[in-house]
Order: sequence, then C-alpha cells, then structure tokens
Amino acid sequence: MYLAKLFPSFMKDDKAGQILIAILALMTLVFATFNLLVPESSVFHVSTYTLTLVGKYLTYALLAVAVDLVWGYCGILSLGHGAFFALGGYAMGMYLMRQIGERGVYGNAELPDFMVFLNWQELPWFWQGFDMFWFAMIMVILVPAALAYLFGYFAFRSRVTGVYLSIMTQALTYALMLAFFRNEMGFGGNNGLTDFKDILGFNLQSNETRVVLFFASALSLALGYMASRYVVNSKMGRVVVAVRDAEDRSRFIGYKVESYKLWIFVFSAVLAGIAGALYVPQVGIINPGEFSPLNSIELVIWVAIGGRGMLYGAVVGAFIVNYAKTYFTGVLPEVWLFALGALFVVVTLFLPKGVVGLYDQFRNKGGLTS
Amino acid sequence: MSNALDQLRETMRRDRVFDFVAEGRNPFVGRRTVLPGEIDASHGPIFYMESVTVSFDGFKALDDLTLYINDGELRCIIGPNGAGKTTMMDVITGKTRPDSGTAFFGQTMDLTQMTEYEIASAGIGRKFQKPTIFPEHTVFENLELALAMDKRVWTSLFAVLTAEQLDRIDEVLETIGLQELKHSRAALLSHGQKQWLEIGMLLAQNPRVLLVDEPVAGMTHQEMDRTGELLLSLAGNHSVVVVEHDMNFIRSIASTVSVLHEGHVLAEGTMDEIQNNQKVIEVYLGE
Repeated sequence: MYLAKLFPSFMKDDKAGQILIAILALMTLVFATFNLLVPESSVFHVSTYTLTLVGKYLTYALLAVAVDLVWGYCGILSLGHGAFFALGGYAMGMYLMRQIGERGVYGNAELPDFMVFLNWQELPWFWQGFDMFWFAMIMVILVPAALAYLFGYFAFRSRVTGVYLSIMTQALTYALMLAFFRNEMGFGGNNGLTDFKDILGFNLQSNETRVVLFFASALSLALGYMASRYVVNSKMGRVVVAVRDAEDRSRFIGYKVESYKLWIFVFSAVLAGIAGALYVPQVGIINPGEFSPLNSIELVIWVAIGGRGMLYGAVVGAFIVNYAKTYFTGVLPEVWLFALGALFVVVTLFLPKGVVGLYDQFRNKGGLTS
Repeated sequence: MSNALDQLRETMRRDRVFDFVAEGRNPFVGRRTVLPGEIDASHGPIFYMESVTVSFDGFKALDDLTLYINDGELRCIIGPNGAGKTTMMDVITGKTRPDSGTAFFGQTMDLTQMTEYEIASAGIGRKFQKPTIFPEHTVFENLELALAMDKRVWTSLFAVLTAEQLDRIDEVLETIGLQELKHSRAALLSHGQKQWLEIGMLLAQNPRVLLVDEPVAGMTHQEMDRTGELLLSLAGNHSVVVVEHDMNFIRSIASTVSVLHEGHVLAEGTMDEIQNNQKVIEVYLGE
C-alpha cells in the first residue's frame, strides 16, 4: 500500500490508523473546498453549520482517544475526563474573552462583561496573561496536566484502583462543576464564558476562520492519535498494558507501577485539554455544564461502543454516538437517552470489542484469518 | 591462628554482632539503606530474616521467624497450609511490612524500607503460586518486559532492544523450551507452559535470589523433572528458595529443607533428617 510509506515507522502496522488519517486529510480538503469555493446555491455546498458540527466531532474524537489511552490500555476507568476537557476549554475561553476587549455590552476594555456585572474593579490574578495567545495555549496544556498529576499522584500512590478510583474521578469533576458554578470563582458562573468575537484577530463567525479551526481540529486529532500510537507501541505502552493485566507481576519484575499510571494519565489529560480548547471556539461557549459527571460517563460510552484498546475504535465510537445524538435530539429528542442506554447495553452484551470488533469478527468468519 | 580467625569470624557474624537489632533498637529503621548493586554477601548468607512477626487482625501469620539463606544455596521450604510461607515471601518482596523484626538482603539492604520495585531491581525475583504472566502480550514480549534493564518511564518510552538483549531473550526461550511459541499470545499457553514462562521471566530479570512459590503445581511428571533440573542448574549462581508441597519433587532437588509451622521455623536439615524429626512428624501426621 502506498499509504504506508507516508507514515513514520511506528504507524506501519496500524492500517486502521493510516486510513483514519488519510480520511481526515481528505475530509479537511473536501470540506474546505466545498465550503469556501462552491457557491451556497449549489447542492454540493457544505454549510458552515455542517463544517462546525463535524469539527466538534473531531474534538470529541480526540477526547475519546484520550479516554481510551487510560481505560483501554491502562485499565483506569476514569469517569472524570470531561473535567480535563472543560479545563482546556476554559483556558481557551478566557483567551477569547480577553479578545472581546471593549466590544462587550458594557464596553469595558479591562474587564469581561460578567465581572463588570459583578461590580469587580480589576482583573483577578488568575486572569492575568490570558490576553496573550501563547500564554493561553500553555495553560491549555499545563492546567489539565497539573490537575491530573496532582490527582494521580495521590490516587495511584495510595493504590486506589477499580470502582473506587472511578468514583473519585466522578467526585473530582462534580466538585469542579460546583466550584465553577459559583460567581465568586471568577469564571462567569452559571453562564460560563461566551459571546466570543475573534481569535488571533480573525472573526470567529467567518467561514475562513471556521475552516481553519476545522483544519486545526483534524490536525490535532491526527497528531494526538499518532502520539498515542507511538506511546502504546513503545515499551512504555507494553508496560502499561502489563499493569492493566497483572499489576502485581509488573511490580515484582521491577516497574514502578504508580509512575506508569501517573504519566499515561497526565498525557491523556493533556490530550483532553487540547480537545477542549479546540471545542470552545467552534461551539462558541463554555460553561460549568461541561464538568457535569454525566458528560464524562457519556464519553466512556463512546469508547465502549467504538471498541476500546485500539485507539481508532474510540474515534469511530465518538463519531457514531455523536452523530446519532445530533440526529435523535433533532428528530426524537425524548428517545435519545433510551437509545444511548440501549446501544450501551447491546454493545456490552454482544460486542465486547465494540463496533470495530464487529468488523474483525466478520472478517474472521469469512476465513481470511483463523 | 586459624582458630582465632574463626573465632573472630564467628563474633563478626552479622546476625550475632547485631544482636541489638532484634531488640528493636535497629539503627537502620526509618533510614533507607539502599545500596543498589552492592549486595554484600561476604559473610555467607545473602538473606537475613530475624525475629520477623506479621499479624493480620490478631492472627500471627509469622511469629518470630528467623531464617538465613546462604549465597548460591537451593533451599526448600515446606509446611502445612497457613504456616506462613507466602507471607514470608510477601515480607521479602516488600508486599507486606513486618510488625517487628528485620529482613536484610546482603548486609546492607533493609528490605523493610524498600518498595517492591526497588527490591525487584536490587535482585530478588519472585514467582507466584498461581502462574502470573501478561496474557495479552506474546511470549517474547513477556520476557522483554522482565528483562533486566532501566525500568523507568522515560527510558521505556524510547527503549529499543539491543542485540545483546535479543540474544538474552533467545537464550531464555531456549532454556524454557518455548522458542516455537515465541510470538503467540501468552494467554494461549497451557498451564505448564505458563509456569515455565514465569520462570523464564524470572531468569530474564537476572536476579540474585529467586523465590519460587509452588513451581510444579499442575505439571506432568516430565515437566516436573525438567523444572527440577532447571532449578538445580540455577543454584550456585543464584540463591533459590522453593516453596513446595510435592514431597517427591523436594526430595529430587533439595539440599536443605526448612519446615515452617505456625509462623516460625520448626526444623531445618536434609530431607532425611526432616523426615525422621519427631516434631515434624507430629505436625504433619498429628499425635
């Protein structure tokens, strides 16, 4: 296959990954052309709405890859990954708020609208620096990483595993949600951050900016996927799987299990943060709802449905579930949650390896491999 | 002259000289005396356990256990269920901390102050009672993971096997007779093959001391014989501690046997001595 030659050596055996990245490249190209160059009256025109919607799915897919890393490969069922996603989103949101400048409702160049509304006189210390894009981007990575490190350091050192760890991650994201709901926290409370105008000086509403954001999301997904593939293909990845399957054994052959768990967790949190940062400018809002425990549970379901422990399964799952969600909430909103629940039950009972595993099953029955 | 020297040696025996250690005035407690790569076995024993007591909810799994293992020795440990054999291994490998007493590896390393992975890298390998391998990895990968090398996260991320390491893996594969299954998933191995793979992982780890918990459980007679030969060939370069129930197997390999009962050593000696020991007979056969 010609495709294989385009990839670094660690991607050589990952056919599905190669195809995925080829599709991403093709999709970006097609969407950009058919959005910008084909007139709106044509049937081939891709609307900005569709473009943004798929762009959003791309960030979800990156988030799903992050969850798959810790759950599929390391066996840590994190039910709080939405928190890292939201933190990345908030860091980006803060930058976008500062970009509004004096175009806000109150016309205050120094303070975002909600602070004026709360009668605050000056910018809180933790908002300093967010008017600079590079600083905000560092925070997109640093804040989720720091939280994951802190949480993971104590949780893994105390050897909290299984259900208890899952509950703790739920508590983590729930606590953050409650905190961010408070106006005193200085993140816009209930309403969150919204009414963004532009990014790096480019209008957020323009088609060109949307296309660039789409491209950035596709690129991040591709790079994040390849980085994850590199990690799981390295010896570190093999140790991580070993820890999942036989934690004691790994310990007694000399691996510091806590460190392995910690670093895969931090890496995953960073990916989730980046996904969040790309999500916010496309959706146009970030509010404490993103921290909701339900969100985190839902994204575990994406991975389960797609198939865990394969990386591309997570991407497929994120797309399937979110497309279905968009469709059902439009057509039959009251059915959606039942459909999601049913899908989850069916997958857990009949497809232990998810939708992607189904394909393998069919191929095996065809007798191609035994 | 030599007599005087012997006497001096006798007084300098760590277990005697440091008598105060047992009195709970251990100067090393709370201080880490880890000197990796410097296992000092110059006084004979590689391994000292002194007055170790471990209790779980009032039940004394180990009760004032004192045990020395010599460098290069093959030692068998037998005892009825609940005698504390597995707990003893847990203490040695850092899984369980003793309530009192000391465990030293060589003369310098205080095992009670070290974590599991530190103990493993210092050179104590352990085979579990139930064969524990990595089922989703191939046989080759199982050995690769066990191989003695820098096992920190960042080095693992960029690790590439050297030719030497590949040779070492092949060597181990040959010893455990699994060359043909090199690339099969370990989950697909038979029970006996899993036992062998786990022993192979121990070998790849290249430890100074091997702790082997019931190595022949579930093996055929043929496999048992081969395992016996393997363990015998390892003694000398390594110290091997075998916990086993199968008396015939022990007879075929043992030089020294320690009998554990209710958390302490009941008797120690050759197999014949043990079998004629009145206390042992009582414990095993009842009065």
